[in-house]
Amino acid sequence: MTNIDQGHRLTQRPELERPEIVQTGLLRQSLSITRRNLIHIKRMPEMLMDVTIQPVMFVLLFAFVFGSSISIDTDSGYKAWLLGGIMAQTVAFSSFIVAVGLTADLEKGIVDRMRSLPINPAAVLIGRSISSLMHSSIGLVVMSLTGLLIGWRIHTNVAEAALGYLLLVGWGFAMIWIGILAGSKMRSVEAVNGVMFATMFPITFLANTFAPTDNMPPWLRVVAEWNPISSLTQAVRELWGNDYPLRDDAALPLQHPILATIIWIVVLTAIVAPLAIRTFNKRTAS
Amino acid sequence: MPEPAVLISGLEMQYGAKRAVDGLSMQVDRGSITAVLGPNGAGKTTTLETCEGYRRPQAGTVRVLGLDPHRQRSALLPRIGVMLQAGGAWSGVRAMEMLDHIAALHAHPLDTAMLNDRLGLADCGRTPYRRLSGGQQQRLGLAMALVGRPELVFVDEPTAGMDPQARRTTWELLEEIRADGVTVVLTTHHMDEAERLADQIHIIDRGRLIASGSPTDLTSGGRSATIRLVVTRPFPDGAPESLRSELGHEAEVTQLDDRSMLITGPADGGTLGTVSRWCEMHDVLPESLTLGRATLEDVFLSLTGRELAG
Repeated sequence: MTNIDQGHRLTQRPELERPEIVQTGLLRQSLSITRRNLIHIKRMPEMLMDVTIQPVMFVLLFAFVFGSSISIDTDSGYKAWLLGGIMAQTVAFSSFIVAVGLTADLEKGIVDRMRSLPINPAAVLIGRSISSLMHSSIGLVVMSLTGLLIGWRIHTNVAEAALGYLLLVGWGFAMIWIGILAGSKMRSVEAVNGVMFATMFPITFLANTFAPTDNMPPWLRVVAEWNPISSLTQAVRELWGNDYPLRDDAALPLQHPILATIIWIVVLTAIVAPLAIRTFNKRTAS
Repeated sequence: MPEPAVLISGLEMQYGAKRAVDGLSMQVDRGSITAVLGPNGAGKTTTLETCEGYRRPQAGTVRVLGLDPHRQRSALLPRIGVMLQAGGAWSGVRAMEMLDHIAALHAHPLDTAMLNDRLGLADCGRTPYRRLSGGQQQRLGLAMALVGRPELVFVDEPTAGMDPQARRTTWELLEEIRADGVTVVLTTHHMDEAERLADQIHIIDRGRLIASGSPTDLTSGGRSATIRLVVTRPFPDGAPESLRSELGHEAEVTQLDDRSMLITGPADGGTLGTVSRWCEMHDVLPESLTLGRATLEDVFLSLTGRELAG
Protein backbone atom coordinates (compact mmCIF):
# COMPACT_ATOMS: atom_id res chain seq x y z
CA MET A 1 0.00 0.00 0.00
CA THR A 2 1.37 3.39 -0.88
CA ASN A 3 1.63 6.11 1.68
CA ILE A 4 -1.08 8.61 1.14
CA ASP A 5 -1.10 12.04 2.57
CA GLN A 6 -4.03 12.26 4.97
CA GLY A 7 -5.32 15.42 3.33
CA HIS A 8 -5.48 13.57 0.05
CA ARG A 9 -7.42 10.61 1.28
CA LEU A 10 -10.43 9.93 -0.83
CA THR A 11 -12.70 9.04 2.02
CA GLN A 12 -12.56 9.30 5.76
CA ARG A 13 -12.41 6.25 7.95
CA PRO A 14 -15.90 5.87 9.43
CA GLU A 15 -14.54 5.92 12.98
CA LEU A 16 -12.58 9.08 12.34
CA GLU A 17 -14.33 12.21 11.20
CA ARG A 18 -16.86 10.99 8.73
CA PRO A 19 -19.43 13.77 8.56
CA GLU A 20 -22.98 12.74 9.15
CA ILE A 21 -24.24 12.09 5.69
CA VAL A 22 -27.62 13.63 5.13
CA GLN A 23 -29.68 14.58 2.13
CA THR A 24 -29.51 18.08 0.78
CA GLY A 25 -32.80 19.97 0.68
CA LEU A 26 -35.28 19.59 -2.17
CA LEU A 27 -34.95 23.28 -3.05
CA ARG A 28 -31.18 23.10 -3.35
CA GLN A 29 -31.43 19.92 -5.42
CA SER A 30 -34.05 21.40 -7.75
CA LEU A 31 -32.13 24.63 -8.26
CA SER A 32 -28.94 22.71 -8.89
CA ILE A 33 -30.66 20.70 -11.61
CA THR A 34 -32.32 23.84 -13.01
CA ARG A 35 -28.94 25.54 -13.22
CA ARG A 36 -27.49 22.56 -15.02
CA ASN A 37 -30.35 22.58 -17.56
CA LEU A 38 -29.88 26.30 -18.15
CA ILE A 39 -26.16 25.78 -18.79
CA HIS A 40 -27.23 23.48 -21.61
CA ILE A 41 -29.18 26.31 -23.19
CA LYS A 42 -26.16 28.58 -22.84
CA ARG A 43 -23.97 25.95 -24.54
CA MET A 44 -26.45 25.31 -27.30
CA PRO A 45 -28.25 28.57 -27.99
CA GLU A 46 -29.94 26.91 -30.96
CA MET A 47 -32.17 25.22 -28.36
CA LEU A 48 -33.81 28.62 -28.00
CA MET A 49 -34.95 28.73 -31.62
CA ASP A 50 -38.37 27.47 -30.64
CA VAL A 51 -38.98 30.53 -28.48
CA THR A 52 -37.14 33.11 -30.56
CA ILE A 53 -36.83 32.72 -34.31
CA GLN A 54 -39.86 30.46 -34.71
CA PRO A 55 -42.48 32.67 -33.00
CA VAL A 56 -40.98 35.84 -34.45
CA MET A 57 -41.27 34.25 -37.86
CA PHE A 58 -44.90 33.40 -37.08
CA VAL A 59 -45.59 36.96 -36.00
CA LEU A 60 -44.11 38.36 -39.19
CA LEU A 61 -45.67 35.78 -41.52
CA PHE A 62 -49.15 36.11 -40.09
CA ALA A 63 -48.97 39.84 -39.58
CA PHE A 64 -47.90 40.60 -43.12
CA VAL A 65 -49.21 37.66 -45.17
CA PHE A 66 -52.62 37.17 -43.56
CA GLY A 67 -52.78 40.55 -41.92
CA SER A 68 -53.55 42.25 -45.19
CA SER A 69 -56.69 40.18 -45.74
CA ILE A 70 -57.97 39.84 -42.15
CA SER A 71 -59.39 43.05 -40.81
CA ILE A 72 -59.81 43.38 -37.07
CA ASP A 73 -61.75 46.25 -35.64
CA THR A 74 -59.21 47.57 -33.12
CA ASP A 75 -57.02 50.66 -33.04
CA SER A 76 -53.83 48.95 -34.10
CA GLY A 77 -55.48 46.29 -36.23
CA TYR A 78 -54.62 42.64 -36.83
CA LYS A 79 -50.98 42.78 -35.76
CA ALA A 80 -51.74 43.85 -32.20
CA TRP A 81 -54.63 41.40 -32.00
CA LEU A 82 -52.45 38.56 -33.32
CA LEU A 83 -49.73 38.92 -30.72
CA GLY A 84 -51.84 37.53 -27.86
CA GLY A 85 -52.59 34.47 -29.98
CA ILE A 86 -48.96 33.79 -30.81
CA MET A 87 -47.94 34.21 -27.18
CA ALA A 88 -50.60 31.67 -26.17
CA GLN A 89 -49.28 29.29 -28.81
CA THR A 90 -45.72 29.70 -27.58
CA VAL A 91 -46.55 28.87 -23.97
CA ALA A 92 -48.65 25.91 -25.15
CA PHE A 93 -45.52 24.67 -26.89
CA SER A 94 -43.64 24.73 -23.59
CA SER A 95 -45.02 21.21 -23.14
CA PHE A 96 -42.78 20.34 -26.09
CA ILE A 97 -39.70 21.67 -24.34
CA VAL A 98 -40.35 19.69 -21.19
CA ALA A 99 -41.17 16.51 -23.09
CA VAL A 100 -38.09 16.64 -25.30
CA GLY A 101 -35.79 17.45 -22.36
CA LEU A 102 -37.21 14.70 -20.20
CA THR A 103 -37.09 12.05 -22.93
CA ALA A 104 -33.49 12.96 -23.68
CA ASP A 105 -32.62 12.62 -19.98
CA LEU A 106 -34.33 9.24 -19.82
CA GLU A 107 -32.63 8.05 -23.01
CA LYS A 108 -29.17 9.08 -21.89
CA GLY A 109 -29.47 7.48 -18.47
CA ILE A 110 -29.42 10.85 -16.67
CA VAL A 111 -32.57 9.93 -14.77
CA ASP A 112 -30.97 6.61 -13.74
CA ARG A 113 -27.88 8.48 -12.60
CA MET A 114 -30.03 10.87 -10.55
CA ARG A 115 -31.85 7.94 -9.01
CA SER A 116 -28.55 6.64 -7.64
CA LEU A 117 -28.04 9.89 -5.75
CA PRO A 118 -29.39 10.82 -2.33
CA ILE A 119 -31.91 13.27 -3.74
CA ASN A 120 -35.67 13.56 -3.79
CA PRO A 121 -36.89 11.98 -7.05
CA ALA A 122 -39.14 15.02 -7.54
CA ALA A 123 -36.08 17.26 -7.89
CA VAL A 124 -35.49 15.99 -11.42
CA LEU A 125 -39.01 16.97 -12.47
CA ILE A 126 -39.03 20.27 -10.59
CA GLY A 127 -35.65 21.24 -12.03
CA ARG A 128 -36.79 20.34 -15.52
CA SER A 129 -40.03 22.32 -15.04
CA ILE A 130 -38.37 25.47 -13.72
CA SER A 131 -35.82 25.56 -16.52
CA SER A 132 -38.56 24.96 -19.11
CA LEU A 133 -40.68 27.79 -17.68
CA MET A 134 -37.67 30.10 -17.87
CA HIS A 135 -37.08 28.90 -21.41
CA SER A 136 -40.67 29.81 -22.36
CA SER A 137 -40.42 33.14 -20.56
CA ILE A 138 -37.55 34.11 -22.83
CA GLY A 139 -40.01 33.57 -25.67
CA LEU A 140 -42.53 35.93 -24.06
CA VAL A 141 -39.90 38.65 -23.78
CA VAL A 142 -38.72 38.20 -27.36
CA MET A 143 -42.27 38.33 -28.66
CA SER A 144 -43.18 41.39 -26.63
CA LEU A 145 -40.19 43.18 -28.13
CA THR A 146 -41.13 42.05 -31.63
CA GLY A 147 -44.69 43.21 -30.96
CA LEU A 148 -43.51 46.63 -29.88
CA LEU A 149 -41.61 46.92 -33.16
CA ILE A 150 -44.64 46.14 -35.31
CA GLY A 151 -47.07 48.35 -33.47
CA TRP A 152 -48.49 46.23 -30.62
CA ARG A 153 -49.08 48.20 -27.42
CA ILE A 154 -50.62 47.46 -24.03
CA HIS A 155 -53.49 49.92 -23.58
CA THR A 156 -54.44 49.06 -19.99
CA ASN A 157 -52.76 49.51 -16.61
CA VAL A 158 -49.74 47.78 -15.09
CA ALA A 159 -51.81 45.40 -12.94
CA GLU A 160 -53.85 44.13 -15.88
CA ALA A 161 -50.77 43.88 -18.06
CA ALA A 162 -49.01 41.84 -15.37
CA LEU A 163 -52.05 39.60 -14.91
CA GLY A 164 -51.91 38.86 -18.64
CA TYR A 165 -48.31 37.69 -18.37
CA LEU A 166 -49.13 35.78 -15.18
CA LEU A 167 -51.89 33.86 -16.96
CA LEU A 168 -49.46 32.97 -19.74
CA VAL A 169 -46.89 31.66 -17.26
CA GLY A 170 -49.63 29.82 -15.34
CA TRP A 171 -50.67 28.22 -18.60
CA GLY A 172 -47.06 27.21 -19.16
CA PHE A 173 -47.15 25.55 -15.73
CA ALA A 174 -50.17 23.43 -16.70
CA MET A 175 -48.46 22.52 -19.97
CA ILE A 176 -45.41 21.24 -18.09
CA TRP A 177 -47.46 18.32 -16.80
CA ILE A 178 -48.57 17.44 -20.30
CA GLY A 179 -44.90 17.57 -21.25
CA ILE A 180 -43.90 15.28 -18.39
CA LEU A 181 -46.66 12.87 -19.34
CA ALA A 182 -45.61 12.79 -23.01
CA GLY A 183 -41.91 12.70 -22.14
CA SER A 184 -42.34 9.72 -19.78
CA LYS A 185 -44.53 7.86 -22.23
CA MET A 186 -42.45 8.24 -25.40
CA ARG A 187 -39.34 6.20 -26.06
CA SER A 188 -37.36 8.67 -28.16
CA VAL A 189 -36.97 12.37 -28.80
CA GLU A 190 -38.12 11.79 -32.41
CA ALA A 191 -41.36 10.20 -31.18
CA VAL A 192 -41.97 13.14 -28.85
CA ASN A 193 -41.45 15.60 -31.69
CA GLY A 194 -43.78 13.67 -33.98
CA VAL A 195 -46.61 13.23 -31.50
CA MET A 196 -46.40 16.68 -29.98
CA PHE A 197 -46.30 18.33 -33.38
CA ALA A 198 -49.27 16.34 -34.63
CA THR A 199 -51.37 17.26 -31.59
CA MET A 200 -50.28 20.66 -30.30
CA PHE A 201 -50.11 22.29 -33.71
CA PRO A 202 -53.76 21.75 -34.70
CA ILE A 203 -54.92 22.50 -31.15
CA THR A 204 -53.25 25.90 -31.20
CA PHE A 205 -54.63 26.67 -34.68
CA LEU A 206 -58.17 25.48 -34.03
CA ALA A 207 -58.82 28.54 -31.90
CA ASN A 208 -59.03 32.30 -32.04
CA THR A 209 -55.24 32.55 -32.07
CA PHE A 210 -54.64 33.56 -35.70
CA ALA A 211 -58.06 34.27 -37.11
CA PRO A 212 -61.36 35.33 -35.51
CA THR A 213 -63.83 32.54 -34.86
CA ASP A 214 -66.78 34.67 -35.96
CA ASN A 215 -66.84 33.49 -39.55
CA MET A 216 -66.06 29.81 -38.96
CA PRO A 217 -68.77 27.22 -39.81
CA PRO A 218 -71.03 26.84 -36.73
CA TRP A 219 -69.70 23.44 -35.57
CA LEU A 220 -66.08 24.50 -35.97
CA ARG A 221 -66.80 27.74 -34.20
CA VAL A 222 -68.09 25.82 -31.16
CA VAL A 223 -64.96 23.68 -31.06
CA ALA A 224 -62.67 26.68 -31.47
CA GLU A 225 -64.39 28.80 -28.86
CA TRP A 226 -64.40 26.04 -26.25
CA ASN A 227 -60.74 25.33 -26.96
CA PRO A 228 -58.83 26.30 -23.78
CA ILE A 229 -56.26 28.12 -25.91
CA SER A 230 -59.03 30.49 -27.03
CA SER A 231 -59.87 31.41 -23.43
CA LEU A 232 -56.23 32.17 -22.75
CA THR A 233 -55.86 34.21 -25.93
CA GLN A 234 -59.06 36.14 -25.28
CA ALA A 235 -58.04 36.79 -21.64
CA VAL A 236 -54.67 38.15 -22.67
CA ARG A 237 -56.21 40.35 -25.37
CA GLU A 238 -58.74 41.75 -22.93
CA LEU A 239 -56.14 42.38 -20.24
CA TRP A 240 -53.90 44.22 -22.71
CA GLY A 241 -56.70 46.07 -24.46
CA ASN A 242 -56.14 44.44 -27.87
CA ASP A 243 -59.58 42.82 -28.12
CA TYR A 244 -62.67 43.84 -30.02
CA PRO A 245 -66.27 43.33 -28.84
CA LEU A 246 -67.34 39.69 -28.91
CA ARG A 247 -70.41 38.51 -30.76
CA ASP A 248 -73.35 38.08 -28.38
CA ASP A 249 -73.55 34.35 -29.09
CA ALA A 250 -69.86 33.68 -28.29
CA ALA A 251 -69.27 30.59 -26.17
CA LEU A 252 -69.41 30.93 -22.39
CA PRO A 253 -65.62 30.65 -21.73
CA LEU A 254 -65.00 33.57 -24.07
CA GLN A 255 -67.51 35.73 -22.17
CA HIS A 256 -65.47 35.24 -18.97
CA PRO A 257 -62.02 34.46 -20.36
CA ILE A 258 -59.92 35.25 -17.26
CA LEU A 259 -61.98 33.05 -14.97
CA ALA A 260 -62.19 30.35 -17.67
CA THR A 261 -58.40 30.37 -18.10
CA ILE A 262 -57.80 30.02 -14.36
CA ILE A 263 -60.28 27.15 -14.24
CA TRP A 264 -58.59 25.47 -17.20
CA ILE A 265 -55.17 25.79 -15.56
CA VAL A 266 -56.44 24.28 -12.31
CA VAL A 267 -58.42 21.51 -13.97
CA LEU A 268 -55.69 20.52 -16.42
CA THR A 269 -53.09 20.43 -13.65
CA ALA A 270 -55.36 18.48 -11.31
CA ILE A 271 -56.04 15.83 -13.95
CA VAL A 272 -52.73 15.60 -15.77
CA ALA A 273 -50.24 16.09 -12.91
CA PRO A 274 -51.06 12.87 -11.00
CA LEU A 275 -51.19 10.97 -14.28
CA ALA A 276 -47.83 12.40 -15.35
CA ILE A 277 -46.16 11.58 -12.04
CA ARG A 278 -47.54 8.05 -12.15
CA THR A 279 -46.29 7.52 -15.70
CA PHE A 280 -42.88 8.93 -14.82
CA ASN A 281 -42.56 6.70 -11.76
CA LYS A 282 -43.66 3.68 -13.73
CA ARG A 283 -41.18 4.43 -16.50
CA THR A 284 -38.29 4.83 -14.08
CA ALA A 285 -39.21 1.91 -11.82
CA SER A 286 -38.20 -0.54 -14.59
CA MET B 1 -19.30 -9.69 14.42
CA PRO B 2 -20.37 -6.55 12.56
CA GLU B 3 -23.38 -6.71 10.33
CA PRO B 4 -22.43 -7.64 6.76
CA ALA B 5 -22.41 -4.85 4.19
CA VAL B 6 -24.61 -6.82 1.84
CA LEU B 7 -26.70 -9.85 2.64
CA ILE B 8 -28.66 -11.54 -0.11
CA SER B 9 -30.72 -14.64 0.44
CA GLY B 10 -32.75 -16.59 -2.06
CA LEU B 11 -32.94 -13.72 -4.56
CA GLU B 12 -34.98 -14.48 -7.65
CA MET B 13 -35.47 -12.17 -10.61
CA GLN B 14 -37.19 -13.05 -13.83
CA TYR B 15 -37.65 -11.05 -17.04
CA GLY B 16 -40.42 -12.64 -19.06
CA ALA B 17 -39.37 -16.23 -19.63
CA LYS B 18 -35.73 -15.56 -18.76
CA ARG B 19 -34.65 -16.29 -15.23
CA ALA B 20 -31.89 -13.76 -14.59
CA VAL B 21 -31.27 -14.55 -10.93
CA ASP B 22 -32.24 -17.94 -9.63
CA GLY B 23 -32.14 -18.33 -5.85
CA LEU B 24 -28.91 -16.40 -5.28
CA SER B 25 -27.55 -16.09 -1.75
CA MET B 26 -24.34 -14.32 -0.85
CA GLN B 27 -22.72 -12.08 1.70
CA VAL B 28 -20.30 -9.17 1.49
CA ASP B 29 -18.19 -8.30 4.52
CA ARG B 30 -17.55 -4.71 5.53
CA GLY B 31 -14.27 -3.18 4.50
CA SER B 32 -13.59 -5.76 1.83
CA ILE B 33 -13.39 -5.74 -1.92
CA THR B 34 -15.77 -8.36 -3.14
CA ALA B 35 -15.87 -9.40 -6.76
CA VAL B 36 -18.97 -10.85 -8.34
CA LEU B 37 -17.49 -12.85 -11.18
CA GLY B 38 -19.37 -14.46 -13.98
CA PRO B 39 -19.85 -14.56 -17.74
CA ASN B 40 -22.02 -11.98 -19.51
CA GLY B 41 -25.66 -12.60 -18.75
CA ALA B 42 -24.96 -14.45 -15.51
CA GLY B 43 -27.14 -12.06 -13.52
CA LYS B 44 -24.40 -9.83 -12.09
CA THR B 45 -25.87 -6.50 -13.11
CA THR B 46 -29.40 -7.48 -12.08
CA THR B 47 -28.11 -8.50 -8.66
CA LEU B 48 -26.27 -5.21 -8.28
CA GLU B 49 -29.27 -3.20 -9.43
CA THR B 50 -31.38 -4.93 -6.81
CA CYS B 51 -28.83 -3.99 -4.13
CA GLU B 52 -28.92 -0.38 -5.35
CA GLY B 53 -32.70 -0.29 -5.07
CA TYR B 54 -33.37 0.07 -8.81
CA ARG B 55 -35.27 -3.21 -8.83
CA ARG B 56 -37.54 -4.83 -6.30
CA PRO B 57 -36.68 -8.47 -5.52
CA GLN B 58 -39.36 -10.79 -6.91
CA ALA B 59 -38.48 -13.35 -4.23
CA GLY B 60 -35.92 -13.52 -1.46
CA THR B 61 -34.47 -10.71 0.60
CA VAL B 62 -31.71 -8.18 0.05
CA ARG B 63 -30.20 -6.10 2.85
CA VAL B 64 -27.59 -3.44 2.23
CA LEU B 65 -25.97 -1.92 5.34
CA GLY B 66 -28.88 -3.51 7.19
CA LEU B 67 -31.48 -1.67 5.10
CA ASP B 68 -34.02 -2.79 2.55
CA PRO B 69 -32.73 -1.07 -0.62
CA HIS B 70 -36.21 -0.69 -2.08
CA ARG B 71 -38.30 0.34 0.93
CA GLN B 72 -35.60 2.25 2.80
CA ARG B 73 -34.03 3.74 -0.26
CA SER B 74 -33.84 7.31 0.97
CA ALA B 75 -32.00 6.20 4.11
CA LEU B 76 -29.62 4.03 2.09
CA LEU B 77 -28.72 6.30 -0.83
CA PRO B 78 -26.66 8.84 1.17
CA ARG B 79 -24.48 5.97 2.38
CA ILE B 80 -23.71 4.24 -0.91
CA GLY B 81 -22.05 5.16 -4.17
CA VAL B 82 -23.06 3.69 -7.51
CA MET B 83 -20.99 3.45 -10.64
CA LEU B 84 -23.26 2.78 -13.58
CA GLN B 85 -22.18 0.44 -16.34
CA ALA B 86 -22.59 3.13 -19.01
CA GLY B 87 -24.11 6.50 -19.72
CA GLY B 88 -25.62 8.74 -17.12
CA ALA B 89 -24.11 11.94 -18.44
CA TRP B 90 -25.14 14.46 -21.08
CA SER B 91 -23.05 14.19 -24.22
CA GLY B 92 -22.05 17.85 -24.20
CA VAL B 93 -21.29 18.22 -20.51
CA ARG B 94 -17.68 18.88 -19.53
CA ALA B 95 -16.15 16.22 -17.28
CA MET B 96 -15.41 18.56 -14.40
CA GLU B 97 -18.83 20.20 -14.61
CA MET B 98 -20.55 16.83 -14.47
CA LEU B 99 -18.61 15.87 -11.37
CA ASP B 100 -19.31 19.27 -9.76
CA HIS B 101 -22.99 18.87 -10.54
CA ILE B 102 -23.12 15.46 -8.85
CA ALA B 103 -21.09 16.85 -5.94
CA ALA B 104 -23.59 19.71 -5.50
CA LEU B 105 -26.32 17.13 -4.95
CA HIS B 106 -24.48 15.65 -1.95
CA ALA B 107 -24.35 17.12 1.54
CA HIS B 108 -20.61 16.65 2.17
CA PRO B 109 -18.91 16.00 -1.14
CA LEU B 110 -15.21 15.41 -1.54
CA ASP B 111 -13.11 18.09 -3.15
CA THR B 112 -13.82 17.47 -6.82
CA ALA B 113 -10.56 18.99 -8.10
CA MET B 114 -8.59 16.59 -5.88
CA LEU B 115 -10.72 13.64 -6.97
CA ASN B 116 -10.30 14.49 -10.65
CA ASP B 117 -6.59 14.84 -10.14
CA ARG B 118 -6.31 11.48 -8.38
CA LEU B 119 -8.21 9.78 -11.16
CA GLY B 120 -5.99 11.30 -13.82
CA LEU B 121 -8.85 13.36 -15.23
CA ALA B 122 -7.30 16.76 -14.56
CA ASP B 123 -6.23 17.14 -18.19
CA CYS B 124 -9.68 16.52 -19.58
CA GLY B 125 -11.74 18.50 -17.08
CA ARG B 126 -13.04 20.76 -19.85
CA THR B 127 -13.54 18.00 -22.41
CA PRO B 128 -17.16 17.26 -23.32
CA TYR B 129 -18.31 13.84 -22.15
CA ARG B 130 -18.80 12.47 -25.68
CA ARG B 131 -15.15 13.18 -26.51
CA LEU B 132 -13.73 11.36 -23.47
CA SER B 133 -12.19 7.96 -24.16
CA GLY B 134 -13.96 4.87 -22.84
CA GLY B 135 -11.47 4.65 -19.99
CA GLN B 136 -11.89 8.32 -19.10
CA GLN B 137 -15.67 7.94 -19.05
CA GLN B 138 -15.27 4.97 -16.70
CA ARG B 139 -13.00 6.96 -14.39
CA LEU B 140 -15.44 9.84 -14.36
CA GLY B 141 -18.15 7.32 -13.49
CA LEU B 142 -16.03 6.10 -10.60
CA ALA B 143 -15.43 9.67 -9.44
CA MET B 144 -19.19 10.27 -9.45
CA ALA B 145 -19.65 7.15 -7.30
CA LEU B 146 -17.04 8.28 -4.78
CA VAL B 147 -17.74 12.00 -4.51
CA GLY B 148 -20.41 11.63 -1.83
CA ARG B 149 -18.07 9.81 0.64
CA PRO B 150 -19.94 6.50 0.54
CA GLU B 151 -19.46 3.67 3.05
CA LEU B 152 -20.13 1.18 0.31
CA VAL B 153 -19.65 1.47 -3.44
CA PHE B 154 -21.10 -0.69 -6.16
CA VAL B 155 -19.03 -0.67 -9.30
CA ASP B 156 -20.29 -2.42 -12.39
CA GLU B 157 -17.48 -3.54 -14.71
CA PRO B 158 -15.15 -0.77 -13.50
CA THR B 159 -12.37 -1.28 -16.01
CA ALA B 160 -14.35 -2.09 -19.16
CA GLY B 161 -12.78 -0.30 -22.11
CA MET B 162 -9.67 0.82 -20.21
CA ASP B 163 -6.10 0.45 -21.34
CA PRO B 164 -3.74 -1.51 -19.05
CA GLN B 165 -2.34 1.65 -17.48
CA ALA B 166 -5.79 3.02 -16.60
CA ARG B 167 -6.82 -0.39 -15.26
CA ARG B 168 -3.92 -0.41 -12.84
CA THR B 169 -4.69 3.14 -11.69
CA THR B 170 -8.29 2.16 -11.07
CA TRP B 171 -7.28 -0.96 -9.16
CA GLU B 172 -4.95 1.09 -6.97
CA LEU B 173 -7.73 3.54 -6.31
CA LEU B 174 -10.14 0.81 -5.29
CA GLU B 175 -7.50 -0.67 -2.97
CA GLU B 176 -6.95 2.74 -1.51
CA ILE B 177 -10.60 3.32 -0.68
CA ARG B 178 -10.72 -0.12 0.90
CA ALA B 179 -7.81 0.96 3.11
CA ASP B 180 -10.03 3.86 4.13
CA GLY B 181 -12.67 1.44 5.36
CA VAL B 182 -14.97 1.58 2.35
CA THR B 183 -16.59 -1.63 1.19
CA VAL B 184 -16.35 -2.25 -2.54
CA VAL B 185 -18.59 -4.58 -4.50
CA LEU B 186 -17.58 -4.96 -8.12
CA THR B 187 -18.76 -7.06 -10.99
CA THR B 188 -16.37 -8.29 -13.59
CA HIS B 189 -15.84 -11.00 -16.11
CA HIS B 190 -12.06 -10.62 -15.98
CA MET B 191 -10.44 -13.27 -13.79
CA ASP B 192 -7.23 -11.30 -13.45
CA GLU B 193 -9.17 -8.35 -12.06
CA ALA B 194 -10.94 -10.48 -9.48
CA GLU B 195 -7.76 -12.38 -8.61
CA ARG B 196 -5.70 -9.22 -8.21
CA LEU B 197 -8.22 -7.08 -6.32
CA ALA B 198 -10.73 -9.10 -4.42
CA ASP B 199 -10.63 -10.32 -0.85
CA GLN B 200 -13.63 -12.43 -1.60
CA ILE B 201 -14.94 -13.75 -4.89
CA HIS B 202 -18.44 -14.95 -5.63
CA ILE B 203 -18.66 -16.80 -8.89
CA ILE B 204 -22.13 -16.76 -10.37
CA ASP B 205 -23.44 -18.49 -13.43
CA ARG B 206 -26.98 -18.57 -14.80
CA GLY B 207 -28.22 -16.60 -11.82
CA ARG B 208 -26.82 -18.97 -9.21
CA LEU B 209 -23.86 -18.79 -6.88
CA ILE B 210 -21.55 -21.64 -7.83
CA ALA B 211 -18.49 -20.91 -5.70
CA SER B 212 -17.31 -18.47 -3.06
CA GLY B 213 -14.02 -17.84 -1.38
CA SER B 214 -10.83 -15.87 -1.41
CA PRO B 215 -8.76 -16.08 -4.59
CA THR B 216 -6.31 -18.39 -2.80
CA ASP B 217 -9.09 -20.65 -1.51
CA LEU B 218 -10.58 -20.94 -4.95
CA THR B 219 -7.34 -21.76 -6.72
CA SER B 220 -5.89 -23.79 -3.80
CA GLY B 221 -3.17 -21.19 -3.44
CA GLY B 222 -1.38 -22.30 -6.58
CA ARG B 223 -0.67 -25.69 -5.04
CA SER B 224 -2.74 -27.38 -7.67
CA ALA B 225 -1.94 -27.67 -11.30
CA THR B 226 -4.18 -27.88 -14.29
CA ILE B 227 -3.55 -29.89 -17.34
CA ARG B 228 -5.40 -29.35 -20.55
CA LEU B 229 -5.38 -32.39 -22.72
CA VAL B 230 -6.41 -32.16 -26.34
CA VAL B 231 -6.35 -35.32 -28.42
CA THR B 232 -6.44 -36.09 -32.13
CA ARG B 233 -9.45 -38.44 -32.13
CA PRO B 234 -12.52 -38.35 -29.87
CA PHE B 235 -12.02 -39.99 -26.47
CA PRO B 236 -13.24 -43.58 -26.04
CA ASP B 237 -16.39 -44.04 -23.92
CA GLY B 238 -15.85 -43.74 -20.19
CA ALA B 239 -12.54 -41.95 -20.63
CA PRO B 240 -12.98 -39.37 -17.81
CA GLU B 241 -13.93 -42.07 -15.29
CA SER B 242 -11.01 -44.27 -16.23
CA LEU B 243 -8.56 -41.36 -16.00
CA ARG B 244 -10.03 -40.29 -12.67
CA SER B 245 -9.53 -43.73 -11.15
CA GLU B 246 -5.97 -43.71 -12.41
CA LEU B 247 -5.23 -40.32 -10.82
CA GLY B 248 -6.78 -40.94 -7.43
CA HIS B 249 -9.11 -38.87 -5.32
CA GLU B 250 -7.00 -35.70 -5.27
CA ALA B 251 -7.57 -34.93 -8.91
CA GLU B 252 -10.61 -33.69 -10.78
CA VAL B 253 -11.36 -34.47 -14.38
CA THR B 254 -13.77 -32.45 -16.50
CA GLN B 255 -14.51 -33.36 -20.07
CA LEU B 256 -14.86 -30.12 -22.06
CA ASP B 257 -15.80 -31.64 -25.41
CA ASP B 258 -15.21 -34.93 -27.22
CA ARG B 259 -11.54 -34.12 -27.82
CA SER B 260 -10.48 -32.13 -24.75
CA MET B 261 -10.34 -32.53 -20.99
CA LEU B 262 -9.33 -30.39 -18.04
CA ILE B 263 -7.50 -32.14 -15.22
CA THR B 264 -6.88 -30.43 -11.89
CA GLY B 265 -4.56 -32.10 -9.45
CA PRO B 266 -1.57 -31.65 -7.12
CA ALA B 267 1.21 -29.55 -8.65
CA ASP B 268 3.81 -32.27 -8.91
CA GLY B 269 5.28 -34.29 -11.72
CA GLY B 270 3.14 -37.29 -10.83
CA THR B 271 -0.07 -35.99 -12.30
CA LEU B 272 1.46 -35.21 -15.67
CA GLY B 273 3.21 -38.60 -15.71
CA THR B 274 -0.03 -40.40 -14.92
CA VAL B 275 -1.90 -38.56 -17.67
CA SER B 276 0.65 -39.40 -20.34
CA ARG B 277 0.82 -43.03 -19.18
CA TRP B 278 -2.98 -43.22 -19.36
CA CYS B 279 -2.88 -41.87 -22.95
CA GLU B 280 -0.39 -44.52 -23.97
CA MET B 281 -2.40 -47.31 -22.29
CA HIS B 282 -5.63 -46.29 -24.01
CA ASP B 283 -4.07 -45.65 -27.40
CA VAL B 284 -4.97 -41.96 -27.24
CA LEU B 285 -2.69 -39.63 -29.17
CA PRO B 286 -2.30 -36.22 -27.48
CA GLU B 287 -2.37 -33.26 -29.81
CA SER B 288 -1.40 -30.93 -26.99
CA LEU B 289 -0.82 -31.29 -23.29
CA THR B 290 -0.53 -28.00 -21.39
CA LEU B 291 0.39 -27.70 -17.77
CA GLY B 292 -0.31 -24.60 -15.70
CA ARG B 293 -1.05 -23.25 -12.28
CA ALA B 294 -4.79 -23.40 -11.57
CA THR B 295 -6.46 -20.03 -12.27
CA LEU B 296 -9.94 -18.79 -11.61
CA GLU B 297 -10.65 -19.50 -15.24
CA ASP B 298 -9.91 -23.19 -14.58
CA VAL B 299 -12.05 -23.11 -11.46
CA PHE B 300 -14.91 -21.74 -13.48
CA LEU B 301 -14.34 -24.28 -16.25
CA SER B 302 -14.27 -27.22 -13.91
CA LEU B 303 -17.44 -25.98 -12.20
CA THR B 304 -19.47 -25.29 -15.31
CA GLY B 305 -17.67 -26.98 -18.18
CA ARG B 306 -17.77 -23.66 -20.04
CA GLU B 307 -15.31 -20.89 -20.70
CA LEU B 308 -15.77 -17.74 -18.62
CA ALA B 309 -14.65 -15.06 -21.01
CA GLY B 310 -16.33 -14.28 -24.27
